[in-house]
Amino acid sequence: MAERSYTKTHEWITVDGKQATIGITDFAQSQLGDVVFLELPSSGRKLAAREAFGVVESVKAASDLYSPVAGRISAVNDRLATKPELINSDPYGDGWILKLELAGDLPDDLLDEAGYKKVAEGSSH
Amino acid sequence: MLEAIGVRSMDDLLVDIPQSLRLASLQLPNGLSEFETMAQVRALAERNRVYADRLTFRGGGVYRRFIPSAVAAVTSKPEFYTAYTPYQAEASQGTLQAIFEFQTLIAELTALDVANASLYDGATAVAEAAMMAYVHNGRSEVLVAGYVHPEYVQVLKAFGAGRGIKVRKGDQPSNKTAAVIFQQPDFLGLLVDARGLTQAAHDAGALAIACVDPISLALLAPPGEYGADIAVGEGQQLGLAPSYGGPHVGFIACRKELVRKLPGRLVGTAHDAQGRRGFVLSLAAREQHIRREKATSNICTNHSLCALAAAVYMTYMGPYGLRQVADVSFRRAHHLADRLTALPGWEMALPEQQFLNEFPVRVPKAAAVVRRLARKGILGGLEVGRWFRELKDVLTFTCTEVNDAKALDELLEALA
Repeated sequence: MAERSYTKTHEWITVDGKQATIGITDFAQSQLGDVVFLELPSSGRKLAAREAFGVVESVKAASDLYSPVAGRISAVNDRLATKPELINSDPYGDGWILKLELAGDLPDDLLDEAGYKKVAEGSSH
Repeated sequence: MLEAIGVRSMDDLLVDIPQSLRLASLQLPNGLSEFETMAQVRALAERNRVYADRLTFRGGGVYRRFIPSAVAAVTSKPEFYTAYTPYQAEASQGTLQAIFEFQTLIAELTALDVANASLYDGATAVAEAAMMAYVHNGRSEVLVAGYVHPEYVQVLKAFGAGRGIKVRKGDQPSNKTAAVIFQQPDFLGLLVDARGLTQAAHDAGALAIACVDPISLALLAPPGEYGADIAVGEGQQLGLAPSYGGPHVGFIACRKELVRKLPGRLVGTAHDAQGRRGFVLSLAAREQHIRREKATSNICTNHSLCALAAAVYMTYMGPYGLRQVADVSFRRAHHLADRLTALPGWEMALPEQQFLNEFPVRVPKAAAVVRRLARKGILGGLEVGRWFRELKDVLTFTCTEVNDAKALDELLEALA
């Protein structure tokens, strides 16, 4: 399995050659509560690193989603339109959000498992 | 109590107020008894010139209508009259259900998928719809097509200024247009090509916002039928008195694809742990206390009591009653138009266009006509030249079911 990297804004990314998969972390989904809706872009759109590309909405919150890397969207998980709860039940698997075709190298501010754990612990409330 | 919270005196609680802002004493006059107070208020009220409903022939957005006593009978129930916004579902099922009924009635009337819990008035409803379009497609221009109520346009511009939304007059949308807004019937009472304007908006990738007269929907094709994306309007004619400008009630309804951009309160149904149906405030994440600057609007309330009045009116009158009201108004207004245009120098201002129960006539001297009628206790047409230079000496006259045949005779006699 490809190794996961993380962002400070609670997204995860796995890379397979030039293809990246993005979602939000287990910590993020537990903080949000039941996810009821996602506002997502269409396939084909170009994203810059750290660009806000959508919104994840729960019953009590609406949070922006940020792209960890620059690239062009090659796929959007359309199961989330009818089953947004996948984000809660399987954030790293079936709850994946976007697939991107990478444009260039990965940024060096991505966090590893340990680095992200520190961020999560610092921001929980 | 002061001891319980650990302070010595009331003054200790006010330490944050600078000395320079404190009042040494309030110079209030002695109070009056209820009797004296009412006498004073009555004297003030008597300075108003109040025209009888039946002798009122002016509209321009606010109209005299028959208001069944059932409306007051329901709205004056203390549970409704004094209740505040229903933040807690468990304490407000009655209020929430009443709002849900209002929403349902508006959605049915406009033939759209969802309506909100009401807005303040028609003017702000137009502004809210424009903001919906802006948030939906990211374009910053809204086009006002034809004669939309000038005060609604003023309010739209005021809201737009804060949001960076440019308001332009025109009916040719471009790829910069977020929405085309039109009024049906328009400010002069005339029917516009709602279908054509909706199509033109869609062709340019813009939304079509229809500002509609709720009573007219008993006769005209509703917005949902001709493909409008958002319908808004003033609900005053649905059981609310003119009241010198308010409070009235705005309504907004939209296609279901736009529901997450719908501003304001939204009541929905849900089920409790025992499977019983209940009512709740729904899709709260749209609102500004959660979505912050990304929300369509900062509105976080509604005109509950006024919406209740409207809901009672619509329920009491029903589709047949509304149709009757619209029909009678239509016939009386057309009859009046015929009689008025027979007067020397009086003619329809835009004769090619149809109207329902409000119409513009060009007269020899508008201000003098209005004064003459006023001397006879009749409120004549509205001088629209005040807003539109091309309509100098044009008066818009209105007829509703409250203007009986004898009232029309009195009007004509006064103009003879």
